[in-house]
Amino acid sequence: MKILVNGAWHEMRSRELAGALEELGFGGSVVSTAVNGEFVAVGQRTERRLSDGDRVEILAPMQGG
Amino acid sequence: MLRLYQTEVRSRLMLGTARYPSPAVLAAAVRAAGAEVVTVSLRRESAGERAGQAFWSLIRELGVRVLPNTAGCHSVKEAVTTAHMAREVFGTPWIKLEVIGEDDTLQPDVFGLVEAARTLCAEGFEVFPYTTEDLIVAERLLGAGCQVLMPWGAPIGSGRGLNNLFGLKTLRAHFPEVPLIIDAGLGVPSHASQALELGFDAVLINTAVAQARDPAQMAAAFAHAVEAGLAARAAGPIEPRDLAVPSTPLLGTAFRG
Repeated sequence: MKILVNGAWHEMRSRELAGALEELGFGGSVVSTAVNGEFVAVGQRTERRLSDGDRVEILAPMQGG
Repeated sequence: MLRLYQTEVRSRLMLGTARYPSPAVLAAAVRAAGAEVVTVSLRRESAGERAGQAFWSLIRELGVRVLPNTAGCHSVKEAVTTAHMAREVFGTPWIKLEVIGEDDTLQPDVFGLVEAARTLCAEGFEVFPYTTEDLIVAERLLGAGCQVLMPWGAPIGSGRGLNNLFGLKTLRAHFPEVPLIIDAGLGVPSHASQALELGFDAVLINTAVAQARDPAQMAAAFAHAVEAGLAARAAGPIEPRDLAVPSTPLLGTAFRG
């Protein structure tokens, strides 16, 4: 299954968001997520199923003005 | 003390955290400014670099309150989604709402701003909208539930100071009870003094400090300027006039008569 993660395509085994985050190396990181432009809260990541072609955003704290 | 929603802050100088030469310089500038509130953002994280994790550790060590922004958002949907993501990561209902309308000036899209503010206020966010000095837009933002406004001084990063003095004075006079924070465009400490002298409640500075040759020293200079402006406002400045008035008493002047 191919997923667009932060603008780059990844071949993923995981079928849900929480697993995909682990697979991508974000386990334990302070990040926030959205799928196809919709916010997905931490508590919903396990049940949020992913489909081929989904767009996932993984954001973290960054410098800002 | 300045009341921002349910929170009281003492320092009238807020600091952005972007564009510093290094994290250490950023930390030194925040301490020199005596800032209690710093702005932060969200960006795509790379699992390999984990830059965001290091930055977040630094901010937590500084012990300051964070005001997350929605910088870079050009639509209501992007801004609202980013606000939700920020609330979860940073653990605060505060959001500096930016909906950018035009890339050369980074001028806010005030129509999208009002719409996004209405949505977010209804969802329990405490919204700090980055806006212009337009009175009617300000009315709409307050009507949407905003209790603080952040009018621009000049375009972000331009260092031009208070570009529309008349408009900003009018905004201040029109909303005497609303906390107004000048956000963006200030270049030197005298601009910050001027803002406080005019009755604005606080200023948010980023580029002017971060890009100075010595950011920590510039942060301290802005802190002094803000204190001076606040004290001057409280002391009641004189009105400018067109003709001279002798400050030395004329009575008893030598060689007269």
